[in-house]
Amino acid sequence: MPDDPAPQTPAIEVRALHKHFGSAHVLRGVGVTAQDGDVVSLIGSSGSGKSTFLRCINMLETPTSGQIFLGGEELRLKPGRDGLVARDRRQLEGFRARLGMVFQSFNLWQHMTVLQNVVEGPQQILGLSRADATERAEAHLARVGLWDKRDAYPAFLSGGQQQRVAIARALAMEPRVMLFDEPTSALDPELVGEVLKVIRALADEGRTMLLVTHEMRFARDVSSRVLYLHQGQIEEEGPPEQVFGAPISDRCRAFVASVH
Amino acid sequence: MDSAFDLLALSPPGWGGNLLMGLLRTIQIAAGAYALGLCIGLFGALGKLHGGPALRWGLEIYTTVIRAVPELVLILLLYYAGTDLLNVVREAIGLERTDISGLWAGIYVIGLVQGAYSTEVFRGAFQAVPTGQIEAARAMGLPRRKVLARITLPIMLPYALPGLSNLWLITTKDTALLAVVGFSELALETKQAAGATREYFMFYMAAGALYLVLTLVSTLGFSLLERRMRRGQPQQT
Repeated sequence: MPDDPAPQTPAIEVRALHKHFGSAHVLRGVGVTAQDGDVVSLIGSSGSGKSTFLRCINMLETPTSGQIFLGGEELRLKPGRDGLVARDRRQLEGFRARLGMVFQSFNLWQHMTVLQNVVEGPQQILGLSRADATERAEAHLARVGLWDKRDAYPAFLSGGQQQRVAIARALAMEPRVMLFDEPTSALDPELVGEVLKVIRALADEGRTMLLVTHEMRFARDVSSRVLYLHQGQIEEEGPPEQVFGAPISDRCRAFVASVH
Repeated sequence: MDSAFDLLALSPPGWGGNLLMGLLRTIQIAAGAYALGLCIGLFGALGKLHGGPALRWGLEIYTTVIRAVPELVLILLLYYAGTDLLNVVREAIGLERTDISGLWAGIYVIGLVQGAYSTEVFRGAFQAVPTGQIEAARAMGLPRRKVLARITLPIMLPYALPGLSNLWLITTKDTALLAVVGFSELALETKQAAGATREYFMFYMAAGALYLVLTLVSTLGFSLLERRMRRGQPQQT
């Protein structure tokens, strides 16, 4: 709503993010704003910088310049060896606790059971008691349909099950914003559906999410806004009907046509 | 004396008690030295991977020199030179000269040697930890120390265990080198018993059997430990 008289504080806002890998300029001033409840999808071909952008938001990659706000609070940054680093580690840890990250390769801790994976964050970071953390973890595991696997080790689960546990692990932190980094790209085709179903349910309940994905049909269905990235820049941005249906940019039109 | 085996009796005139005391001291030194070596190795590996240039170079020199010089030479060097150095320091601050106890000298010397080897074992194991597992912990806001203690270390250990179990077996046998500085561990006790009775074959066989038992028990312990640590991984076939 551009004419909203009292604009609310965005859940997350990233301004003018730049990132260099050596001499390669992989992000050239990318920004995004999401209000609470928004689902923003980032699409684009491999190498367009969409995953790097997502990883810069929680500082798994160091941006060269830019600003990151979470609920109106700016992450304080200072120049480091190869890019910006957090000025205050505690603030960064607090930011990260409120940004739930789901990885392409799941990254469940292999030495812990499913339940221990989900209990770890609430207990060690949020300081919940063991009983409370376990209760919370079991509720989230039940949500993703894996309560009965709570005592299994991740290596014994299918990829789809592992990713659902990873989503439960992120949800158990009750984050302000969820970041999904190509959550279905490492899955066998028949396992993609069960993960998308979980993500769709999160979108339906009004979770704020940034989603990097190659699943165009899914992005079209769940997103409130779609960003098309090309060579480190936002080439097209708008509601899914526009980006997928009537893109202004020729490149975006060609990309959407090629993947449909 | 009707049988040579009577010489193995636990109480004099049998020498069995001496041998068992020697074995006990061997285990004491090996355990102490191994523990020291593990501490040095853990910090050495972290220093090599995450330290500044000065620390990395220092550790590189340490591991290279220690692994290049024969252990027997190191033991003689560190034992005699170490005692001298300690006494120079003690005199400088106005204390009397002292002798280092053989037990502690052995633990320090062998621990220092083990530290160099276990630094390399740990370094390789740390590098085998999948980066995604550490990223997942960082991305959640887990503080650095907890990432190390709760994620990196437990995932790293199974990779280190085969190397560490080798080092333990080597440590138990390195203790025999301390015989040259007159410490009564199993090898020296055996030499004395054999020399006094002229029953060389029997005593050295007995000592060999004791080392073998120590090895078998250790191997069993390590394989149980490894199985427990790998419980999250599917069986390799």
